[in-house]
Amino acid sequence: MTFKILRFDAQTDEQPHFQAYRHEPKPYETVLEALKEIRDQQDPSLSFRYSCREAVCGSCSVVINGRIALACRTQVEDLGSDEVVIEPLPNLEIQKDLIVDLNPFWEAYRLVEPFLQAPGPVPEKGHRVAERDMEKVFQYVTCILCACCYSACPVATRDGRYVGPAALAKLTRFALDPRDDRPFSALERVDGPDGVWGCDTVFRCNDVCPKDVRPADGIAVLRRKIIAGKTKRLFRRKP
Amino acid sequence: MLSYDLLIVGGGLAGLSAALGADPGLKVAVISKVHPLRSHSVAAQGGINAALANHPDATDDTWEKHAFDTVKGSDYLADQAPAELLCRRAIPTIYELDHWGAPFSRFAGGTIAQRPFGGAGFPRTCYAADRTGHILLHTLYEQAVRRSITFFDEWLVTDIIVRDKRLVGLVAYDLAGGEIIPLRAKAVIFATGGYGRIFFRSTNAYINLGGGIGMAYKAGIPLKDMEFVQFHPTTLFGKNILMTEAARGEGGYLVNAKGRRFMEDYTPKAMELAPRDIVARSIQTEIDKGNGFENEFVHLDLRHLGREKIIQRLPGIRDICIHFAGLDPVDRPIPIQPAQHYSMGGIDVDATCASPVEGFFAAGECACVSVHGANRLGGNSLLESIVFGRIAGESASLYLRGGPSEVGGGRDVAERARALTARIRAVHERETGENVFQLLNRLKRLMSDAAGIFREPATLRKGIEELAVLREAYRRVFIYGNCGRYCQEMVVLVEFEHMVEVAEVILLGALKREETRGSHFRKDFPKRDDASWLKHTIITRSDKGPVITYRDVQIGRYAPQERIY
Repeated sequence: MTFKILRFDAQTDEQPHFQAYRHEPKPYETVLEALKEIRDQQDPSLSFRYSCREAVCGSCSVVINGRIALACRTQVEDLGSDEVVIEPLPNLEIQKDLIVDLNPFWEAYRLVEPFLQAPGPVPEKGHRVAERDMEKVFQYVTCILCACCYSACPVATRDGRYVGPAALAKLTRFALDPRDDRPFSALERVDGPDGVWGCDTVFRCNDVCPKDVRPADGIAVLRRKIIAGKTKRLFRRKP
Repeated sequence: MLSYDLLIVGGGLAGLSAALGADPGLKVAVISKVHPLRSHSVAAQGGINAALANHPDATDDTWEKHAFDTVKGSDYLADQAPAELLCRRAIPTIYELDHWGAPFSRFAGGTIAQRPFGGAGFPRTCYAADRTGHILLHTLYEQAVRRSITFFDEWLVTDIIVRDKRLVGLVAYDLAGGEIIPLRAKAVIFATGGYGRIFFRSTNAYINLGGGIGMAYKAGIPLKDMEFVQFHPTTLFGKNILMTEAARGEGGYLVNAKGRRFMEDYTPKAMELAPRDIVARSIQTEIDKGNGFENEFVHLDLRHLGREKIIQRLPGIRDICIHFAGLDPVDRPIPIQPAQHYSMGGIDVDATCASPVEGFFAAGECACVSVHGANRLGGNSLLESIVFGRIAGESASLYLRGGPSEVGGGRDVAERARALTARIRAVHERETGENVFQLLNRLKRLMSDAAGIFREPATLRKGIEELAVLREAYRRVFIYGNCGRYCQEMVVLVEFEHMVEVAEVILLGALKREETRGSHFRKDFPKRDDASWLKHTIITRSDKGPVITYRDVQIGRYAPQERIY
């Protein structure tokens, strides 16, 4: 089989180029395993991010035959092609080969205050939370921050200020958590075109998410919460 | 030159917990060779132990019983005072994690849910489905973001600089910048994780090379009990991805090719929920006897649990089975085999996480307090990382509050950074040489052949001899690419040098310990020998090679007895 891998070194190269490698994968070999084999046996200079190899750390997101995916969870055989083209994530600057600069992604993450804001000291016997309430956050908690959605999002592509689906899904996770007590103003921070109203609702994030987080569901939740919060405030105001 | 009060190396649970435990008035930074959320802690599945007594069958559970199970599980090699400290602090730790947002699964009534685990007298393992490591790592990272802790992501620490038995600084390779950076520090906490990938078959992330442990050893800090390597009983055949112990905790069966629940022959009372060392050995024995499938694996059968329970409690491993093995455990049994999983041994530290080198602390899997002794119980590693990570942060802060006098050492640190730069340049300027990734693959084969589940002197000695050959080959190592930014050849090149040391210490410790205890099984000494071996192995590097000494185990209220499950 042929693996065409995008090569680029921001320090020395003007333009990226594709380099082709011949490699015969073993049965059930993943794209990440193929990359490692190619690096170990043919070209030790090849750079790509990896860690857990079991789809839970979020390191190895790349574009495989035009589709954004985790390299570790993509079986070569399932691609049904004799040629595998591997490119770095779009929407982010290439640093070296398949490694991109994720700083804009992490900045968006930090912007939404991604931490639980529970009032008071630690309750002596822990918080009491109904399992069904906890299950509401599980959908968003499974996010591994792999940036697949951020790269696939057409809004993030055209507008660098848009915080993107992953950060909004993270905020949803806290907004739905019964232990969280963040003020409404924390949600208002994403009440604009850089936040929840920027979303085109074309659901590219839901399509590419390897963990079924469905970030667009979260964006819809936040929109409803923001509208409800504003309505409430309107009626509370004295004439 | 960059200068810090405290540098924490490693952004997994232990490193983050240390950062959160450190005095906020200090100048602290966390250095991690990957983004912290890519650390191997994220892959832990089944849970974290604490005697909360929330389960209806566990109303009598106490931290003392948790400590007893931990000590018994350790085959009595754990030091009992720190094991008790671990179990006592477990309870407030869980409530704090809950308050910080950890989305634990719940019982009806809203309390934190708990499930049975191997070697535990009561169901005391708290969990979030089978993604417990993931949710805890994210929770601690979120708290670190909240406190605006400084991170150096994608920096690999390459050197520890010690002067007059005191820590003075570190050298690091900044992957994104492509530079070698000298760093002065008054104190350092190593939380660099385990060495799983020194073995051919391991559940660990690819990044778990164990360089941190070897680096400490090279800096003159002793290593403790390194011969104790945990092999997890249930890893997905072929890929060796972890299939959580919770699968058995929830009621899964282990079945051989004859269709028999063979654990009946080994631990008739505990069955599948005996401690990991015993279950892993039992599985390997069945395979070696010809009772496995294809002479390679047995089955982990979950089908009787039913679709709903599997989807609710074990969604992560179901997902892994579907995507990595093309099978759904709802309909088919999972092919599993044992593989390296955890290191009980590590950098020799006391219950305050302090090492013999002043200012150098360690916590988590890279360290050995020891609370796991010869075999760690499932659900105790997340706990240890968080509890002792915190203790390390507190101890280092206390040490710094004591105002260690200015040690200088800036020149030493700068010198070591220059030496590394020169060495890398020399390697790069060679015409050709050994490919470091291939050396790494040879090392993995060597360790799996020499120091697997069953050990004997001949293979251990052969391993030590072959290690000398690998060391020699490493002298001819070559960097093929451009050694600027994101040079992963350089990362492995630096780590490999330290991994060879780790490998030697494991092999030596295993060769010298002429008994069977916990995970260390000697074919020629198949029994535990308390009269001669109720002691820790301490190995220190000297100019003449490794020096082996032994230290008595701290026994407390639990007198050693035979382990029957």
